[in-house]
Amino acid sequence: MVKILYFAGLREAVGTAREDITLEAGVADIAALRRQLAARGEPWAALTRGRSLRAALNQQMVGDAAALKDGDEVAFFPPVTGG
Amino acid sequence: MDAAVSVRSESFDLGVEMAALTAGRSDVGAVASFVGLVRQLGEGQPLLSMTLEHYPGMTEAALAEIVVEAGARWPLLAVRVIHRHGTLAPGDPIVLVLVAAAHRGEAFAACEFIMDYLKTRAPFWKKEATAAGGRWVDARDSDDSAAARWS
Repeated sequence: MVKILYFAGLREAVGTAREDITLEAGVADIAALRRQLAARGEPWAALTRGRSLRAALNQQMVGDAAALKDGDEVAFFPPVTGG
Repeated sequence: MDAAVSVRSESFDLGVEMAALTAGRSDVGAVASFVGLVRQLGEGQPLLSMTLEHYPGMTEAALAEIVVEAGARWPLLAVRVIHRHGTLAPGDPIVLVLVAAAHRGEAFAACEFIMDYLKTRAPFWKKEATAAGGRWVDARDSDDSAAARWS
């Protein structure tokens, strides 16, 4: 199982802040996880559209090549706007 | 380096934080401070409130990492970062950065560096509320270029 968190506008679009999912066979990095979720259709399809939605793995910002393993915490969110 | 970061809903007082930062020490020759406020919108419906969402856990870690990086670049004596979350009104303070050093050069530079990195790396998101409804604030390219000039 992997814990997925959504924040800000993406959280509102998907209608939940958190879900636990099982990685499909062959899903071993952030890019593949994006594709697994995007296959559900809208609004998850935004995860593979353009480059706007960012990812964090175990609370560190990462790129799409970051490797996943069971028990990881992954977050998806729009570009940050603090300060 | 004496460093502390805080993410909280309560406000802060610049004078109180500054006094606490320098209390009991005489090696500080310069303190640079930055305070960010909720600004009224320039056009359209007036801003009623601003709500800041964040990623508990990652936020604190990201801020601490930024402060450590500042400490590696300049000889700093003490740093405080306070960033608020929750719903704020126009004019309310959002963020405080205080940097104490022996001399002003490193204090000014590190204070600006911390804000530039915070803007692009700390997981906060702002949502504006007006009479027309809520709207998530878009990230600005100028924030990315401000952070990029330090690398």
